[in-house]
Amino acid sequence: MLATLFNIFLQAAANNNLAVMGACIGSGLVAIGAGIGIGRIGGGAVEGIARQPEASNKIQTAAIILAALIEAIALIGVLACFLVSFQLK
Amino acid sequence: MTSKSIFFLKNTFKIFILVALFLVLPNYIFSQENVHPQQDKEEINKIEHGEVKEPFNFSEMILHHIADSHEWHLASIGHTHITIPLPIIILSKDRGIEIFSSSKFHSEGELHEGEKEEHTYKGYYIDEEDHKIKHVESDRRIVDISITKNVASMLISIALLCGIFITIANRYRNHKGEAPKGIQSLFEPLIIFVRDDIVKTNIGGKNAEKFLPYMLTLFFFILFNNLLGLLPGGANLTGNIAVTLTLAVLTLILTLLNSKSNYWLHIFAPPGIPLWLLPIMVPVEILGVFTKPIALMIRLFANITGGHIVILSFVGLIFLFKNATVALASIPVVVAMNFLELLVAFLQAYIFTLLSCMYIGSAVEEHGEHDHGH
Repeated sequence: MLATLFNIFLQAAANNNLAVMGACIGSGLVAIGAGIGIGRIGGGAVEGIARQPEASNKIQTAAIILAALIEAIALIGVLACFLVSFQLK
Repeated sequence: MTSKSIFFLKNTFKIFILVALFLVLPNYIFSQENVHPQQDKEEINKIEHGEVKEPFNFSEMILHHIADSHEWHLASIGHTHITIPLPIIILSKDRGIEIFSSSKFHSEGELHEGEKEEHTYKGYYIDEEDHKIKHVESDRRIVDISITKNVASMLISIALLCGIFITIANRYRNHKGEAPKGIQSLFEPLIIFVRDDIVKTNIGGKNAEKFLPYMLTLFFFILFNNLLGLLPGGANLTGNIAVTLTLAVLTLILTLLNSKSNYWLHIFAPPGIPLWLLPIMVPVEILGVFTKPIALMIRLFANITGGHIVILSFVGLIFLFKNATVALASIPVVVAMNFLELLVAFLQAYIFTLLSCMYIGSAVEEHGEHDHGH
């Protein structure tokens, strides 16, 4: 049984399928990171608006800018995973 | 009468509709191509007689819609492809400038069995893997400055931008002091938004006027090209990393050319940093000068291309499963994603312009204009 498992693993590694799977898992992890970061921004922004509704315009602008900055890093990660999977095709 | 039978009596119509849908709709899910062996034989007959049928290549479809190409493919109806062939312009040392249409690379007439699609013209051919123009003699050095799909799209957007904004400028010049009308009133809130909220708040007082033309151009160029790429048959210009690289390099050049001594002082001697941290902080700050435009470039490129890939993937799902019922789930998602892409188009133009203003603002700042906090 161990031999067949090893055989399957070897086939997956030889066909570069493992690397593509790794790229996919990496992409998913990047999404988790972006989700956590932007979620925290959202929480802070909403709490700030709740405390002081007059400042909601400034808080909204700041939240959008910070979300775009974090999204950039997340998309760089996704880009790296994409490049790996297209190189291996 | 029990409450249960009253329920069935009152809602017979709804129950009837539900049952009917439950029995009728699944039949569409099971409708697929080539389920019966009889039809498979017909397919095999077709292949033997010269009509080629290939399996659906998902990633090739996506790449074809995102990447640049030498012809503008608008639609394919059955076997007819509606494409606009674009001029290919090649510079080489001994032959000089050669201009010809990209349709020369396609064979005329019917495809015979076994014949490849592309052939060479004057020794040039398009490489199948990296889609570049190469010559049969591989040691020839050629410079390819053809009008590709992205270049043609950029020329169209330039014409659009110039047409709109020169009209607006003439209206402002000829009707001074009057209320805005027509296209002027459409763009005036956006122009004032860029001037007041983006440029004036981030670049100090006198310099704002100097950089306002570049910032306005940058904002509207990115916005227009993002929106044009969303149209069916549109080209993915701002999703081309060469274009975003150029925009980021322009911002970098402006930042470095207008940098004052205060800016470099903050890089080489950041205020409030203990001495032992300086060997780490100074290289990081110097790298930071270059990583900020690189982040600008990748942010715009990845956002726009990623949006296109998501929309294309959901539409491609229908063709992957070769089943029309997938469209019931797929098309509403695609519509929602397109609305999100509208927001992303505006947001990315705003963020690029805002960050450019912040970098240039920090470069032209005089000492004492901002509070140091120490």
